[in-house]
Parts: sequence; C-alpha cells; structure tokens
Amino acid sequence: MEGGAGGGRVVALDDVTFTLQAGQTLAVFGPNGAGKTTLLKVLAGLIRPDAGRATVAGGRGAIGWIGHQSHLYAHLTVRENLLFWAALYHVPAASRAHRAAEVMQRLGIAEHARRPVRALSRGLAQRAAIARALIHEPRVLLLDEPFTGLDLAAAAEFRALLSQLRGAGRVVVLATHNVGEGAELATDVAFQRRGRFVHFAPRGGRAPAEIAEQYRRALGDAGA
Amino acid sequence: MRDWLSQAWTVARKDLLLEFRTRTGIVSALVFTALVLTVFNFGRDPTAVPTIDLAPTILWVTFTFAAMLAMNRAFQLELENDALEGLLASPLSRTSLYWGKLLANLVFVALVEAVGLPLFVLFFDVPVAAVLLPLVGVIALATLGFVAVGTLFGALVIRTRFAELLLVVILLPFLIPPLIGAVQVTARLLGGRPLSEAGGWLRLLAAYDIAFVTLATLLFPFTVDE
Repeated sequence: MEGGAGGGRVVALDDVTFTLQAGQTLAVFGPNGAGKTTLLKVLAGLIRPDAGRATVAGGRGAIGWIGHQSHLYAHLTVRENLLFWAALYHVPAASRAHRAAEVMQRLGIAEHARRPVRALSRGLAQRAAIARALIHEPRVLLLDEPFTGLDLAAAAEFRALLSQLRGAGRVVVLATHNVGEGAELATDVAFQRRGRFVHFAPRGGRAPAEIAEQYRRALGDAGA
Repeated sequence: MRDWLSQAWTVARKDLLLEFRTRTGIVSALVFTALVLTVFNFGRDPTAVPTIDLAPTILWVTFTFAAMLAMNRAFQLELENDALEGLLASPLSRTSLYWGKLLANLVFVALVEAVGLPLFVLFFDVPVAAVLLPLVGVIALATLGFVAVGTLFGALVIRTRFAELLLVVILLPFLIPPLIGAVQVTARLLGGRPLSEAGGWLRLLAAYDIAFVTLATLLFPFTVDE
C-alpha cells in the first residue's frame, strides 16, 4: 500500500499478512510513522489498500473502532451520543436505551449520562469513547494508541477492561508505540517498522520486559 | 431503501439537535440575512431603479450567501473529535450520510428563508400575497439544487486548510444556473406575470435539481473515502 506527499512515494503497508480468531489479542508495536494507524484503518475499512485485501468477518458492523479521537459530539450528552451511534450500528430501537445504560454502567459513567461530552474530564471522555465503541457489542475491537492522554490509574483501569473484553471472545488489535502498554494483554505480538512486520509471533510466556527488549533489538536490526 | 432513509434521518436529526444546542450557525445566518437586506434597503435609490426590478436579485443573493454558512457548517460539525472518521468506520452508507447532511442543510436553509422572506417583504414592500404559494415553490425548487451541490462541495473541502474560502470559490460557478433561473422566475412572479411565461426557467431549475442531486449522491463517496 502506497501513499505520497511532496512528490515522494511512501509505502505505508507492505507484505503484512495475518489471521486472528476469536479470543486473540494482537498487540502491534512500532515507532511513530511505522504504519500502525494505516494498518488499523485498512482493517476498519477507512482506507482502501492499493493491493491486497483485509477482511473482517461481519464487516463494518462487527467492528468497534477507537482512534486517536473520541468521535463523540461535544455538545451532545453521553447518552445522546450513545443512542446516536447505536442507531448507526443497527442496534434495534427498542433496546438502544437499555444497551446504552448497560454499557455506561459497565464503564462507570452512568452518573455522567446526562452531561455533555465537552464537560467531561479526559479520563471520563475516554471511557465514553470506549462505551461508543462497545455500544453494538462488536466482535472485533481496533484500538489505535488507546492509552494516549490517560493517567496511570485510568490506564490501569482501561487495561483491566480490555482484559475483560478479550475474555468475552472478541478479537482485539491494539496498536501502540509504547511496549509497556498492552503487552500483558496480548496473545500475539507484532513489531512494525516502515510498513512491514519485522516480528510476528504468539506471545507465549514472554513477560512485557522481555518483549520490550526484543522490540528494541528487532527494530535496531531492521533499521540497520 | 427504508434503511438508508432511516439512517439519513438519524444523521439529520443529530445535526439539527447539535444546531439547536449551539445555535451558532442559525444565528449567524439569520443576522447575516437581516444585515444584507438592511444594507440593500438603505443603499438603493428607489427613484433610479424601481424596487421591483432589483428585489428578485437581492432576495437570491441574500439567500445564496446565507445558505453558504449552512453548507460550511454541515461538515465542520464532524471535525470536532474527528466524528467523521467514526461515521466512515460505521456501517452507515455514504449515501445515507450525504442525504442526512442534505436534509439537515435543507431544514437549516428553509429556516433562514422562512425568516428572510418576511423581512424582504417588509423592507422592499413587494406584493407577494397573491403569489406566495408559487414563490415558495420556486424557492424550494432552487434551494434543493444549490444545497445539493453545496453539501457535496462542503464534504470535498472540509479537510483543506481554507475550507470556508474554498467552498465559496468552487461553489459559486455551479450556482449560476439555478440563481439565474430563480431570479428570472421570481421577477416574473413579483411583476404579476403568469407563471407560464417562466416555464423554461422552471424546467431548468427542475432539471438542475434532478441532475445534481443524482450526481452528488453518486460522487459523494469519492469525496470522503481515502
């Protein structure tokens, strides 16, 4: 997959092939500009690749997407946002309100349901963004740098939530530049550099520190 | 069919709710309309050119530029927190997204016109009572065409640096045919001429609507997809 700016062509994704089954969590680690976001956008159907294909069982309706931004309307309340996104994801009208209440309860934002999103703190807004991504009970979760902007406590809470979601038989693909984030959740680990996977393997029994060391070595080798 | 219409209505309702909450777009457009009509009212010399000759042009210039505010605003709503990316990642069809934006823009522009028309009558003292129904019909016919094109171009320019300026520059040439048609039909109506005299212009407006609503619906996905 190629893109270009200023006359130069940049290969954003190259020779990336993988299949994930229910219950698997792939953590994609890579430096800024490695093509992680492009990979997720291709999986989400936001970018059409020049060559090759990406298939997600169930299509767009099966995907929960958490990008760099919350995708929430600042002047609508949390509840109004969730009802809107539930309608777009074809959640039956009769169960939207119940589903919104349930997901807010689960994420601990039920008491903020009637507050406009612009009035929420960064941590609460991130939870509301996760609630938005979960409103239709997606089978596949695509997370792009989901820990950005979260303080340590909020990041730990988010990791616990992701662990629960993975346990519910979902496929999770998580992209981040920080190996310390998400390594412990992963069942599979990939290191990405300049659009290519330079490492892709089941996590096995590797500890996050071990993965971090392998990441440093792999990217050092790839860059040499 | 029913599904995409229902999804389009979901998008339109959300846009209107946001507008109702913030009121920035509608207030700006209404103030703009009132100011332009006021300036034209006090800036003209009624002894030099009869009001009835100037009025149709003033009405349509005012409506066109007020509508630009709506068309700029439609996709700007989606830039906050990059909601547009969320919409494009969802199962919402591009056609539903376009029609949702078109519907919301039509309601927005219709509100501006509903306030602008009485102000126009008040300022210019033109006899509209006898031709109110056909006049509203002509306004609806012309508005549909230029809002359809404006909504498409609004999506096209939204990720550019000077979106507001660019929209005006690329949109105005496309608005010339419906503007001329609308001015011609309005002039005949306000001049007490039979509507049959404007048959050609009415057909032009209808053809423009059909052509550009269809084209915009077909081309819209290419403006938002990467």
